[in-house]
Amino acid sequence: MSGPGAVETTLRERRDSGGRVLVPYVTGGLGGDWTATVQAAAAAGADAIEIGIPFSDPVMDGPTIQEANDRALSTGATPSGILDRLRGLDVGVPLVVMTYYNIAFRAGLKRFAAALAGSGVSGCILPDLPLEEVGPWADAADATGVETILLAAPTTPDERLPLICERSRGFVYGVGLLGVTGVRDELASSACTIADRLKAVTDRPVLVGVGVGTPEQAVEVSDHADGVVVGSAIVQRMLDGAGPEGVGALVSEFREALDYAF
Amino acid sequence: MTLANPGPGGRFGEFGGRFVPETLVPACVELEEAFTQAWVDPVFQTELGTLLSEYAGRPSPVTECPTLSEELGLRLLLKREDLNHTGSHKINNVLGQGLLARRMGRKRLLAETGAGQHGVATATAAALLGMDCCVYMGEVDVRRQELNVFRMRLLGAEVRTATSGSRTLKDAINEAMRDWVATVESSYYCLGSVMGPHPYPLMVRTFQEVIGTEARQQCQDLLGGVPDVVCASVGGGSNAIGIFSGFADSDSELVGVEPAGGAAVGRGVPGVVHGSTSYLMQDEFGQVLEAESISAGLDYPGVGPEHSYLAATGRARYESVTDTEVVEAFQLLSRTEGIIPALEPAHALAWVSRERNALSGRSVLLNLSGRGDKDVGQMMEILA
Repeated sequence: MSGPGAVETTLRERRDSGGRVLVPYVTGGLGGDWTATVQAAAAAGADAIEIGIPFSDPVMDGPTIQEANDRALSTGATPSGILDRLRGLDVGVPLVVMTYYNIAFRAGLKRFAAALAGSGVSGCILPDLPLEEVGPWADAADATGVETILLAAPTTPDERLPLICERSRGFVYGVGLLGVTGVRDELASSACTIADRLKAVTDRPVLVGVGVGTPEQAVEVSDHADGVVVGSAIVQRMLDGAGPEGVGALVSEFREALDYAF
Repeated sequence: MTLANPGPGGRFGEFGGRFVPETLVPACVELEEAFTQAWVDPVFQTELGTLLSEYAGRPSPVTECPTLSEELGLRLLLKREDLNHTGSHKINNVLGQGLLARRMGRKRLLAETGAGQHGVATATAAALLGMDCCVYMGEVDVRRQELNVFRMRLLGAEVRTATSGSRTLKDAINEAMRDWVATVESSYYCLGSVMGPHPYPLMVRTFQEVIGTEARQQCQDLLGGVPDVVCASVGGGSNAIGIFSGFADSDSELVGVEPAGGAAVGRGVPGVVHGSTSYLMQDEFGQVLEAESISAGLDYPGVGPEHSYLAATGRARYESVTDTEVVEAFQLLSRTEGIIPALEPAHALAWVSRERNALSGRSVLLNLSGRGDKDVGQMMEILA
């Protein structure tokens, strides 16, 4: 692949201007108005948006995103249906799909990578596909220009971090705590630690997610990271029926807090 | 050892691997190193060997079945894993993993269970070794295996109910993996079958090879050679791998028997879930389907990666039986030989019974992986 893709370029611009990156997560297929929610999140100041493609067995996800997955699947959400809705949805910021490896594996790696690219998706996160297994998928994704974002965890040894950063595209996703996705009362100290460790070995944008659930926590960890991924807090709003407007308002709170602090 | 070891990264051909969140990768690497070292350490071998003989009751015998053999028109031999302490082959694996966990300095054993056999075995090992134990079990299974839930609690384990998805074994594994992601620094995940990320399929097989090693010698003594057919039930597939391992280099035909409602090899296509690539029951989009079986222990849409490899290479073949056939086989063995089997090995017997004409005059070694006490309550309702 020649040069950084849309995700990395956009995130670097935000970082290089002195600000912090905000990437909210929206569950694809959750409710009839989920694409309007994506648009509202973009309008409220998201730098990029993660689109979750529901999977039947999401082992990295806590109760909130599990419930969102179940609801979306029970109302007929499919990977191709979600990608169809994304095609032509011009929200002005890069879209990143987050799902589990079997969804890509079942479709066929080249076919899935092409489907993402064809739907205007710029990046992809597969949390159950670690460095040693990522090769075939990452090659297929690279060939279509889709940026494969890898995760680094609090348990990742020092010598492994540069290898992850090297193979990652778009940004490096620092897992903020030992555990699955979900809002916690306080930011774990491991969130700042993983950000510091990653920043010490890479120039790629470093975002922290998992356990970042409030604007205060986003600001706290962004003192160490280039920005945050916010999943369960957003999805909980969707589950509560807040609609595009309510989700947009929450994204605005995160945006304003980050812009005020940095 | 007669089954080949996996290649780099835990690959059995195109199957296997280590598909886990990054958080768990270092734990899998650490486990692989610890297991590799322990297995060649005479101290570990002595500890495990002593526990297997003096605590679990090994070796388990091979029993001839004269009455049933005559009825079926073949020579049926049973490898009596039902006679082990805790009532199934699961104890072989948990004693090995429990000792390993202790060597690694872990204080908490984490496990999933379907029928409760692996959960009871893990709770037993934890009690024996002075460790904490937490077992995840699907809500449906908690209901149909309430005796085993009580046994686990009696042994000091905490039983947590998995209420997501199909609320059976698949979902218990999901919950156990989520717990492991959060507690990886202090907990040891004691996986119950030859599945999951590398090194689990290899390690669990190694701990279950004792079944096949013993059976090979016992068949030599009884038959003067190997049986024509070696068969076993397959959910994840640990009891089957255990007995297959003793005969993989022989002329014996190897047959794995899956439930019709959970036939990963028979009805699945390759997929990736719970840490490895293997045959998997899934829809056209890659969503995992819910298995449906009378047996909680086999109620799983996947299968261990080495079974997929054995099926793909043709070294073993995989058949399926219906719940109705299993209920008949359960009664058949009880009535003719005075042995009440668990519903899991009753699958293998159901296949033998159905195929009696094709198997006529042949010797058949069946791995009787567990006893049926746990299923008696469920059978009372079914047969009422």
